[in-house]
Amino acid sequence: MIRRDELTTLVRAGLRQGRIEIRISFTTLSEVLSYTIPMIGFFVVMLFQKGHHVPGTTFSLGANTLSSMLGATIATSGILTLSLKLAEERTDGTLLRAKAVPHGMSGYLIGKIVTVTSGSMTGFVVSLVGGILLLPGLSVGSAYSWLTMLWVVVLAFLASLPIGAIIGSIFSDPTWTGLSILPSMGLIGISGMFFPITHFPVWLQDIAQVFPLYWAGLGMRSALLPDHMAAVEIGGSWRHLATFGVLAVWAALGLTLAPIVMRRMARKESGSNMEHRKAKAIARAR
Amino acid sequence: MTGAQQLTTPKPAAPMPAEDTAIEVRDLRMRYGSTDVLTGVDFTARRGEVIALLGPNGAGKTTTIEILEGFRMRSAGHVAVLGVDPARGDERWRARLGIVLQSWRDHAKWQVRELLDYIGSYYPCHSDDRVRRPWPTDELIELVGLTEHAGKRVGRLSGGQRRRLDVAIGIVGRPELLFLDEPTAGFDPAARRDFHDLVHRLADDETTILLTTHDLDEADKLADRILILGGGRVIANGSPDELSRSMSGEAEVRWSRDGQRFVHGTTDATRFVRELFAQYGTDVDDLEVRRATLEDTYMALVREFEAGRREAAVQSFREVER
Repeated sequence: MIRRDELTTLVRAGLRQGRIEIRISFTTLSEVLSYTIPMIGFFVVMLFQKGHHVPGTTFSLGANTLSSMLGATIATSGILTLSLKLAEERTDGTLLRAKAVPHGMSGYLIGKIVTVTSGSMTGFVVSLVGGILLLPGLSVGSAYSWLTMLWVVVLAFLASLPIGAIIGSIFSDPTWTGLSILPSMGLIGISGMFFPITHFPVWLQDIAQVFPLYWAGLGMRSALLPDHMAAVEIGGSWRHLATFGVLAVWAALGLTLAPIVMRRMARKESGSNMEHRKAKAIARAR
Repeated sequence: MTGAQQLTTPKPAAPMPAEDTAIEVRDLRMRYGSTDVLTGVDFTARRGEVIALLGPNGAGKTTTIEILEGFRMRSAGHVAVLGVDPARGDERWRARLGIVLQSWRDHAKWQVRELLDYIGSYYPCHSDDRVRRPWPTDELIELVGLTEHAGKRVGRLSGGQRRRLDVAIGIVGRPELLFLDEPTAGFDPAARRDFHDLVHRLADDETTILLTTHDLDEADKLADRILILGGGRVIANGSPDELSRSMSGEAEVRWSRDGQRFVHGTTDATRFVRELFAQYGTDVDDLEVRRATLEDTYMALVREFEAGRREAAVQSFREVER
């Protein structure tokens, strides 16, 4: 069993890694751009939608989209950034390095979670503040809003990070991991982010409701939009219980499976495997 | 030859106490699909010994070292590294190992000191009454000659500097056993000499070192003992001196007599020359005796091995050994 001092050591090392990576990501132009460009995209969409109303209501479509996108940011960036980082850092040897150090893998994972969540939270906070300043109609005055936001964000992270860890562990090739962006885009399209989901065919609604993305968006809308806006949602309700339930099931499933998949991936990690992947990447680049 | 005979039997003959053995490998086998990469590797390493694992590409050096590091599961055989089966090694066991692989490109955006500090921060709880872990960062940076680059981003280091950082990371936890896979590939002569000094220093501190190399000269300079892998097993095992003596059994004698040139291959050049003089006396001229060097023999092995005649190469090598 792991001793107490080993546990403190690895948690501290993980936090130190997170701190360093956060500093690096805020001082590296390419990383700063990768956060800000999508955000600027959101704002452009929202400003275009500013004058429009959510169909069937007099409520600003822009505010509706912002709330949805906030949920989507948490749910997708957890999956995308973590899986891409994992795939990338398996290729460059970071994971193998972690494996060569006592408890290095656990520390590495803690560090990655810190980095990825703080990256997503930065985007989240900037978009939220921007939205409050630019878009009237968001109901952020009550403690209830903030409380709802808090549990939705925490659950959305818990549901999405393990999925990212699993995807990053299964695909040894960063290109394949990158392709997981496509289904996420599709899901964003059908999850009622830009347009009320009740206007879509029922079978499409059913597909959307399987995934955490829809529920993260719904949860954020319930936190930020006035209560009467629930009318355009499925069942005319914010369905908090179902939101909690679906996100919790995904989190439980992911947290159970991710360690198994990751352990298997880590076991297979070796210098010659890394060489092999690198050779393939170089061959592709030519 | 009796000298060669000694090489194949482990010394000392009595089984070593486990405390003194850093690595013990018996009949190690590895098979990928239907290809046998290791077909029965045997060797032991005493604590504090520097061992060079030599062999052509594809001889199984990296596979062997990865099995010992616990990064790869073996197909069969007995392996104990610091008294533990690497397939079951826990994190406390891992804390006693240092690993330097062939190529790393990780942490390119981190600073040198920051990265060493971070890796070192995993080790304090693995200190014991003999070893204080980790190595103090600045001392270590000084040791590998990176002091003026301590604040640089890792990705901005030159190839040789990067490699020295890899070695520093490998030893930051003050390992009892250090694995170095092709440590000096791409080094210029000065960097190579510095690195050799570092290895000698670590060896003086009782660190056991297992390194792989292509370079016979390097193995000769660094290692207490050289193991040559070929055909999936250890085909030669001994100190550099012992190996050159046992392997250079065949010598070539050249001379001329009455304006005619002669060449003769023999395993006992001294006796042949004595007889030559006894028979022809002063008629013998231009005498030249040339022993095959360790390098000649090794290069012959590599050539044969790479030509695909593995079994033949191993066989001829064995004959030379005898």
